[in-house]
Amino acid sequence: MGAARYWLIIVGMGAITYAMRLSFILLPGRLRLPAILRRSLRFVPPAVFSALILPAVLRPAGPLEISPSNVRLLAAAVAAIVAWRTKNTVLTIAVGMAALWILQWVL
Amino acid sequence: MRASAFLAGITAELPILLGVVPFGLIYGVLALQAGIPAAAALGMSSILFAGSAQFVATQLFGAGVPGAVLLLTTFIVNLRHLLYSASVAPYVRHLSPGWKWLLAYLLTDEAYAVTIVHYTTVTRKRDNAVTRERHWFFLGAGLALWMTWQASTAVGIFLGAQVPAGWQLDFALPLTFIALVRPSLVDRPGVAAAIVAGVVATAAVTLPLRLGLIIAALAGIITGTLADRGRTA
Repeated sequence: MGAARYWLIIVGMGAITYAMRLSFILLPGRLRLPAILRRSLRFVPPAVFSALILPAVLRPAGPLEISPSNVRLLAAAVAAIVAWRTKNTVLTIAVGMAALWILQWVL
Repeated sequence: MRASAFLAGITAELPILLGVVPFGLIYGVLALQAGIPAAAALGMSSILFAGSAQFVATQLFGAGVPGAVLLLTTFIVNLRHLLYSASVAPYVRHLSPGWKWLLAYLLTDEAYAVTIVHYTTVTRKRDNAVTRERHWFFLGAGLALWMTWQASTAVGIFLGAQVPAGWQLDFALPLTFIALVRPSLVDRPGVAAAIVAGVVATAAVTLPLRLGLIIAALAGIITGTLADRGRTA
């Protein structure tokens, strides 16, 4: 992909984000966010992040690999335990990467 | 009064910045590993200026996803900014257009978090010298975050160029998402949203144009919303 295409997409993503940040700040005061959207918004993070995590660890090379020989699945499971217990982003990433390197060396 | 509000905003933002610095470093490293040119990776931090959306975009750029899917995904991931915008709107209504555009640009998760607390607790009283200058608090918090994000991203991009491919740092992206998803898994509807989205995404990986991600995200969001309604009704 050429550099110009990266910039084009980045400017597009920025414009969409800026428009949402500006929205209600610029709009007249009477307008409100629809109730259904307000209730749904909190499900965006679990849905989007999970949709990115599961294919990456269950199909690391394309085909479905739910087996102990899938080191990315095992390392992700270790990271998930750390995330669950500590809620610490940096620690989760560090332990997950260390688990990947150790498992590849051992298995 | 302005200077003290501005400094108070910076001070309130400081504890959050401790977490932002490593996050910016990791973003810079991973963006470069995903094949994004260094200038574009840095540009994303100032033009998009949204941490989790930048990580998602990094993943999608690395996977060669079409631009339209990247734009649609960014829209979904950043929808919550509508909520922040609606939430701060009554407090910035009296400001000039220049201030509104500037503060909207700085309206991130991190700046919103400290600003709304300040607006709704510390300076709740309607009209006095402190509340009239409280947009300086917003500006202080927003600029502190902005500078920290740009600087840590730049250092991350510099470090990313030194990391050998054998380290498999691409795996740090799903790990980042594992850390980011954790706070949202606090009740059954949240967990249901995650499970449905994850299963659909895994099954739909082979769909054309990488539409699987968007279909999965929408399936998860709808599941969570329905589960939530079933519980409260």
